[in-house]
Amino acid sequence: MTIKAYRRKLDIEKGRVDLSHGAGGRAMAQLIADVFHAALDNDWLRQGNDQSLFDVAKGRMAMTTDAFVVSPLFFPGGDIGSLAVHGTVNDIAMSGATPLYLSASFIIEEGFLLSDLARIAESMGAASRAAGVPVITGDTKVVERGKADGVFITTAGVGIAPEGLYLSGDKARPGDVLLLSGSIGDHGVAVMSKRENLEFDCEVVSDSAPLHGLVADMVAAAGASLRLMRDPTRGGLAATLNEIAQQSGVGFRIEESAIPVKPEVAAACELLGLDPLNVANEGKLIAVAAPQAAPALLEAMRAHPLGRDAAIIGAAVEDDRRFVQMTSSFGGARIVDWLAGEQLPRIC
Amino acid sequence: MKYVDEYRDGELARGVARSLAAIAQSDRDYRFMEFCGGHTHAISRYGLEDLLPPNVRMIHGPGCPVCVLPIGRIDAAIALARNPKVTLCTYADLMRVPASGGMSLIKAKAAGADIRMVYSTLDAIRIAEAEPAREVAFFAIGFETTTPPTALAIRLAAQKKLSNFSVFCNHVLTPAAMRAILASEGEGVEIDGFVGPSHVSAVIGVRPYRFVAEQFGKPIVISGFEPLDVMQSIVMLVQQLNERRCEVENQYGRAVTTDGNLKAQAEVADIFELRDSFEWRGLGEVPSSALRLRDAYGAYDAERRFSVETPNAKDNPACECGAILRGAKRPHDCKLFGTVCTPETPMGSCMVSSEGACAAQWTYRRFETQRIAS
Repeated sequence: MTIKAYRRKLDIEKGRVDLSHGAGGRAMAQLIADVFHAALDNDWLRQGNDQSLFDVAKGRMAMTTDAFVVSPLFFPGGDIGSLAVHGTVNDIAMSGATPLYLSASFIIEEGFLLSDLARIAESMGAASRAAGVPVITGDTKVVERGKADGVFITTAGVGIAPEGLYLSGDKARPGDVLLLSGSIGDHGVAVMSKRENLEFDCEVVSDSAPLHGLVADMVAAAGASLRLMRDPTRGGLAATLNEIAQQSGVGFRIEESAIPVKPEVAAACELLGLDPLNVANEGKLIAVAAPQAAPALLEAMRAHPLGRDAAIIGAAVEDDRRFVQMTSSFGGARIVDWLAGEQLPRIC
Repeated sequence: MKYVDEYRDGELARGVARSLAAIAQSDRDYRFMEFCGGHTHAISRYGLEDLLPPNVRMIHGPGCPVCVLPIGRIDAAIALARNPKVTLCTYADLMRVPASGGMSLIKAKAAGADIRMVYSTLDAIRIAEAEPAREVAFFAIGFETTTPPTALAIRLAAQKKLSNFSVFCNHVLTPAAMRAILASEGEGVEIDGFVGPSHVSAVIGVRPYRFVAEQFGKPIVISGFEPLDVMQSIVMLVQQLNERRCEVENQYGRAVTTDGNLKAQAEVADIFELRDSFEWRGLGEVPSSALRLRDAYGAYDAERRFSVETPNAKDNPACECGAILRGAKRPHDCKLFGTVCTPETPMGSCMVSSEGACAAQWTYRRFETQRIAS
């Protein structure tokens, strides 16, 4: 953006977003320049176009879109801005692809604090720089008070898939090994611990993190022996395993004692009557791989900082009913089901 | 987690299972009803039935407050919420309970009724304070465990002189329901003993269950909600039967005293009084089985304030929730179970609450009965 002649500086410290910031006039241009471009700065945004152009490599591209409505907007270990980057990067990465570019649209509620908006944009910029995946185009809308909850962010991401790697949720086969990259439930518990009416003292920090580095190491270690990867976000590990069981037409058998859960997460879940298996993660993945590749894959995962606590938690089994079953640490068996419409807070 | 993991220890469980197998006499059956939905949930979630000898069978009881609420009371709550002046505050697990005509609170909310999910009665008080122009009604349900918090909210509203707060009271009493089940025994239900309530007993103590042993000749063991608690309580029940004893025993001594929580009891007694009769899903009209607000607190009674009427609504005729709640049938005996009735599209209340017998069976144990992909 090159417009410089604003009559007055944007009062980021004390000001609020008003309807003029979304009206297409000078106020909007100022908001975009002073808040978003300042935080997300790169060559594409500096050009100030309604779109960005980039070269396309040979091969298959991956594309995804994601919407973020988390409440509260700021939580231990992150905020809606960093979460938007990590969530989108991870959706691309789960295909084995290298994430290249992101887009971001902001729907902002009238009256939202400019300081909070700047904090979110800066956190988004920091996450994007740390991940090496720039936000190259965006959009801003402002809606009347009460028509949104602070700010909603919608992203898109594109990436490029390695040649010869075809990961997909329908590729799990009986006998395949199921790996998990670390402890479950951290993100959901961290968000809930700060939720209005539910606040409780809790040291849990969201695991929100970009997983493409870990994925690259896994692809290097296991290559075509990898069947699929997925990040167990909303609905937790339970929902993800059920999705894959449905897609692949297999069942899963997992061991409760093999699934890492931090004691403080277990305690918070106990208090709230939740099962960590249903609680969201934003920096974990599961992988299904051919059994012979499992040892090397596990080693590669544990060698990466985001996979230190990786574990083999079970295996795909033949089951026409596509059940995910778990041997509880108590000794009995049970089904691990999708959550049935429980009224959980918005966690992503 | 300290003080929790100990009660979920698989090694200890196998030890208890071995001693249970050793004492369970092979020439007889042991049929125990766990009254509480919390126990039903624990039994299914931890796969406890896998650890029991084949002749020890658990019958799931009606101790799930959402499950026993008759459809007419949900209809009444929806009618209340449709009053444009009213903000209805409710616990989330009531939102999806099917009402008459395919309605539910969640659908009424989508259609514009002001229904808000709260985590505690105090949230409802806060809303009433923050929005003085709204009539805030709290949808109170539950056994003796949730009654004291409702009493507290009414006390607080009185202290704060809140004129826009009221309670739609559906609190029910555990011993009355046990009596109704025992009185109907023989009608398809046979029970050799009870795994007695945990948290309810922490409030009411041990004495109110004496009639179970003394009048009906059934042993009862008050049990904690952890899986090892339940295992140990089953062992204690088997021992009583083997020794031809019939007593009220307390396995949950770390939380339940003989007298219970006297302060909570006094608070409840001050604010509530017995209803002559109340309808329970599955058990029908049960005398002296529920509470209402005393006249002194009538201003806080939503039923009086808004002249709430409870329609005489009928369950889906194919739904077996009634028989399941009495222990006369098992979830998979119902034709609707797992076909048209699942936790996503519940027909009956036992499929809605995670403590309901059908939801527990479907969610955790349907590999026992389901043969084809759903």
